[in-house]
Amino acid sequence: MELTGAEIAIRCLQEEGVEYIFGYPGGAVLHIYDALFQQDKVKHILVRHEQAAVHAADGYARSSENVGVALVTSGPGITNAVTGIATAYMDSIPMVIISGQVPSYAIGEDAFQEVDAVGITRPCVKHNFLVKDVKDIALTIKKAFYLAKSGRPGPVLVDIPKDISNQKTAYAYPASVNIRSYNPVGKGDSAQIKRAVQMLLEAKRPMVYAGGGVVLAGASAQLTEFVRLLGAPCTNTLMGLGGYPATDKLFVGMPGMHGTYEACMAMQYCDVLIAIGARFDDRVIGNVEHFAQVPRKIIHIDIDPSSIAKRVKVDVPVVGDLKLVLGQLLGELRSSKQKPNASDMATWWKQVDEWRVKGGGLRYKNSTEIIKPQYVIEKLYEITAGDAFITSDVGQHQMWAAQYYKFNKPRRWINSGGLGTMGFGLPAAMGVQLINPGATVACVTGEGSIQMNIQELSTCKQFHLPIKVVSLNNRYLGMVRQWQEFFHGNRYSESYMDALPDFVKLAEAYGHIGIRIDKPSDVEPALKEAFARKKDLVFMDFQTDPTENVFPMVPGGKGLSEVILAEDL
Amino acid sequence: MRHIISLLMENEAGALSRVAGLFSARGYNIESLAVAPTEDPTLSRMTIVTSGSDAVIEQINKQLNKLIDVAAVMDLSEGEHLERELMLVKVRAEGAMCDEIKRVAKGFHGRVIDESNSTCTIELTDTCAKLDEFLQAIDRKLILETVRTGASGIGCGERILKL
Repeated sequence: MELTGAEIAIRCLQEEGVEYIFGYPGGAVLHIYDALFQQDKVKHILVRHEQAAVHAADGYARSSENVGVALVTSGPGITNAVTGIATAYMDSIPMVIISGQVPSYAIGEDAFQEVDAVGITRPCVKHNFLVKDVKDIALTIKKAFYLAKSGRPGPVLVDIPKDISNQKTAYAYPASVNIRSYNPVGKGDSAQIKRAVQMLLEAKRPMVYAGGGVVLAGASAQLTEFVRLLGAPCTNTLMGLGGYPATDKLFVGMPGMHGTYEACMAMQYCDVLIAIGARFDDRVIGNVEHFAQVPRKIIHIDIDPSSIAKRVKVDVPVVGDLKLVLGQLLGELRSSKQKPNASDMATWWKQVDEWRVKGGGLRYKNSTEIIKPQYVIEKLYEITAGDAFITSDVGQHQMWAAQYYKFNKPRRWINSGGLGTMGFGLPAAMGVQLINPGATVACVTGEGSIQMNIQELSTCKQFHLPIKVVSLNNRYLGMVRQWQEFFHGNRYSESYMDALPDFVKLAEAYGHIGIRIDKPSDVEPALKEAFARKKDLVFMDFQTDPTENVFPMVPGGKGLSEVILAEDL
Repeated sequence: MRHIISLLMENEAGALSRVAGLFSARGYNIESLAVAPTEDPTLSRMTIVTSGSDAVIEQINKQLNKLIDVAAVMDLSEGEHLERELMLVKVRAEGAMCDEIKRVAKGFHGRVIDESNSTCTIELTDTCAKLDEFLQAIDRKLILETVRTGASGIGCGERILKL
């Protein structure tokens, strides 16, 4: 059967089981949109800006185990999408982006809406393709999905010139794909696994440091079993939250710049650290020289060899799929006659508990006069019974959400950890809500971030997405303001936002419900009212304390044990 | 330390820019880069001369391996290997000067591939260091042009980079 390139592209998406794609039409993708129109298996969500299409596909992928798909036109379509693609790349999110390109005969002639999509996206994709022959479309899309979800996942771009999408060829979807230069890893080396387990069993102060890789690998159950068998303290990075249940007694909270005191201290002073799907990010270990001053052995498990020994020296590297490697570690640990030394472990836990006391837990001074942002998150956690999908934007609100919403399940915490993209939260929530219909989805944001993609309130209306927007409005770009207070002599350069819109009226203008909350006593009733409205998007504009800061804090360039607690200032 | 890295990659449009882009994006040095298709036209072989600490070189190897189009990577400098670079040098050479240049070139196993009344072009193939020596050995003021290909490398004996 002969089909056009555009029809083939859509058929390929059907073959991959894609239910929703997110996009925005334009000249170079007209044939693809026409093919989309003539079928009903793949549903299209029309966003209001291409960046949002990619973030929505991203949220869709993060909250499920699916590959997110976005469709954009050439030129400004793809340049608008770049922030979304880079966001997904930094957090290793499986995604396929299909972009239209000017006709192949016009490439290089500075045609209308022409941009070198493959060139512009090269540094922020796992791989990309420019399709030059209609016969290559099916295999290229097959490869794109395979690359996006296998190995260390990531976004893959397929750029299709307009004339190619209109030419006809025989269609058959390849049953399998083989890329000779690409061989994703499976199990870890068994000798290294044995060494790792031996090292952990001989440790006096073992510590588990698990990152986003655990969530991506679907290895939370294995991680949980492993930590419990070992009896060691466990920390989850910002990207790994929910990988290990946050309410478990072995969990010590998030490490790093705004991590708990006990997580920072335990990372610093453990004698054997096992890093699982985490990458010793600068926001996690702080100053790398300071971190290296304390002798500790490091076991590092990752699917990507280039993540290992990138920032710190590693004693036992293990390259492999985390789910399989954790299975191997569990097997080895169970069959070992040796058990963790009970008295060493008791001494270690005594120390960790002392840090817990000294850190005093995550805490803030609540007020009856002014709304504390942390209080809003605490109440959000209570009212949603800790079971909501929470997306966030970037800044103070993101850190408070990460600290005060205790994630017990993976894929519930959806945030831009690596790139730190403001404007991520609302469009990501759209993707989350679509793939999880009926689930409670909240977007924790601030008045700064939300305005970076606020136009998506219109998309939410069109597609009946009952997202709850929890905006912590402190009239400042709070994290910028906090750094200016601490490190720039209280000179609040351009961090105060004047002339904010009336968010209640704005929400109403888009056809939603808006609530403004000024008093602490109104926080709980407002949240209850909003979350009771199962079918509506409710925009909650919480007027919060503009002077509140995020604690604990490891200042940039400092070491983990130099963490500042609230009362230190 | 100086390293010479060989790799095999898909002979596809854009593959070279992926490698070059990786080096610039991550701040790695490239002293030279030479690339051409192999006997199998679907594969290109590239030789990169770079420098960096052991940790940086380890990352370069890993990051190169991570590129989807890269099929195999070998750090030639980790074992016995040979490297050769081709250089063409055009010099101002008249009368007695011409004979002097030819004499020096001969000492470096170079050969004259073009001559005019006023110029002389010499072809030399050797290690990069040896080519540098040649340039030191002749009067710099006489050099009109130098063209170098960058090093190409190959392992010794059974050290083979093949798919």
